[in-house]
Amino acid sequence: MTATASSPKENVSAAARATPSATAVLLRRPAVVFSLVVLGLVGLLALFGPSLLPTGVGEPSRDNAEQFLPPLAHGHLLGTDLNGRDLLYRVFIGARISLLVGLSGALVALFVGTSYGLISGYLGGRADAVMMRLVDVLYAIPRLIFILILVTVVEGPFRQWLGAHFVGSRWSFLRELPAYTKTLILILTLGLIEWLTMARIVRGQVLVLKNLQFITAARSLGQTHFKILTRHLLPNLSGLIAVYLTLTIPAVVLDESFLSFLGLGVDPSQASWGTLLADGASAINPIRSHWWLLVFPAAVMSLTLLALNFLGDGLRDVLDPRSRK
Amino acid sequence: MPAFILRRLLALGLVLFCVVTITFFMMRLLPGGPFDRDRKIPPAIEKQLLKKHRLDAPLFVQYRDYLWDLLHGDLRESTKYLSRSVNEIIGQTLPVSGLLGGTAFLLAATAGVWLGTFAAVRRDTAFDAGAMFAALLAISVPAFVTGPLLILVFAVLWPVFPVGGWGNWRSLILPSLVLAAPYVAYIARLMRSSMLEVLAQDFIRTARARGLSETRVVYSHALKVAILPVVSFLGPLAANLLTGSIVVEAIFNIPGMGGFFVNSILNRDAFLIGGVVIVYCALLGVMNLLVDLAYTLLDPRVKLY
Repeated sequence: MTATASSPKENVSAAARATPSATAVLLRRPAVVFSLVVLGLVGLLALFGPSLLPTGVGEPSRDNAEQFLPPLAHGHLLGTDLNGRDLLYRVFIGARISLLVGLSGALVALFVGTSYGLISGYLGGRADAVMMRLVDVLYAIPRLIFILILVTVVEGPFRQWLGAHFVGSRWSFLRELPAYTKTLILILTLGLIEWLTMARIVRGQVLVLKNLQFITAARSLGQTHFKILTRHLLPNLSGLIAVYLTLTIPAVVLDESFLSFLGLGVDPSQASWGTLLADGASAINPIRSHWWLLVFPAAVMSLTLLALNFLGDGLRDVLDPRSRK
Repeated sequence: MPAFILRRLLALGLVLFCVVTITFFMMRLLPGGPFDRDRKIPPAIEKQLLKKHRLDAPLFVQYRDYLWDLLHGDLRESTKYLSRSVNEIIGQTLPVSGLLGGTAFLLAATAGVWLGTFAAVRRDTAFDAGAMFAALLAISVPAFVTGPLLILVFAVLWPVFPVGGWGNWRSLILPSLVLAAPYVAYIARLMRSSMLEVLAQDFIRTARARGLSETRVVYSHALKVAILPVVSFLGPLAANLLTGSIVVEAIFNIPGMGGFFVNSILNRDAFLIGGVVIVYCALLGVMNLLVDLAYTLLDPRVKLY
């Protein structure tokens, strides 16, 4: 018999092939590998791209000849904008802000949504019903409309508060905070509206998990509720949370660029993909179109969002217990 | 049924009350008044203006008077567009936004359902794969990317549609396409997965065994059940189209409610903001009610409570 003849080592590898790890399954999908490559590249360029370019290309130029240069002219790979700034540099800088807001906003959403879902599902009964009705109500409200109002209204007081508390700070990065007022507001407010889906999904899974025997065992051992939530339930939700974190990032990036496009987003001194797109859109007209200002930021942003969604979909197929058939 | 509708309308009234209250106090309590301009206006004039808009009384009295006016259908005057009432502005801009949103709504629902069904029936073919890739692309790419790009292609390079503005049916096509695209895609994905689930069920096998044509099986048996998740998405769809139309109106220069809304926020035009938010929320509440009613007609198992 061949099975008995094979060495133990081969048996192990056969077993490993029968139940491959989640990572192995993921890496077998071309879409996921493509997404990881794209996201890695965008991330690296956002971090190091600006320092690879000659210094000063991101500064407004007084020279009118530098204005609206088409791609490849005078060493500007993607051309220049109205103020003679290098577009490639602006796209790199924009990636920084957009990805920063997307990632941090998604983390805020993750924290709020997971805690809410955990508590709601764990409590169950009437409390759960009330907490979930609240989520239903919030779902039905056009949230971005309130974000528009909130971001504008809160800005002044928040800027003052930051100025009063952090300008004299010992750490230099805290002293920088007032310049990032709008960005901070965006992270907080967008994180506070994108948690609803996360809460629903986590709560659904907790309802299933909390009736399993290991929770009963933990309870009968007299463990506190807090410990059961954090030590027993949370680790079992990590896959699910990873999936929806990946899907929340593009949602927050979209929200941020939505606000920036309307001129209500990041501080004017900074650039995000939304502000670049707004500039690009205003450069399109029947008389003279500076198409590169629109096409390149649009391409980079679309590619990044597509990659994030691909990655999220792939992760969901592998890690979400409910999408498995 | 009438009791259900009545209850829901009462709940809607409560939601509107909360929304009005939150908006009012958010605008009035935080620093920055409606008459703060770069150039300071003389105190006497500011006092007159505040008096004209009845903003000089104690805060609670202001709030009470405002609610009283709202109950009488008076949304007050704009503090920015002097001597134009909010009712008048909304009366002029709502039909524009409504036509745009309505077209996009119909487009998203019909095209999405059709595409999703088609992809499910032709599962694992090139059409299916292509449609689903296009759907993910359309979901990932926001309106302010597709909008300017479509303008570049179909209005500048190959001028078949106007660049923007509002007038005849031509000026409606690009904006409603841009507004609907992500939701066509979303509904198509929803429809495809739900259709695949339904097509695997026993009653479909029975229908096929009875010798019905594939068209009948799909379009008159399976569709009725498979469309339910799409119907429950129509409520959130309305909410998304409302917000989406703000951007689309900005891109295409359409004189709808969205543009006024953004400007009213920048101008701290409290009563205009209040008016627009009320209209948005009321529209949404009514949409959600209609969706729930439609749901019970389609699925007799659902009980209204």
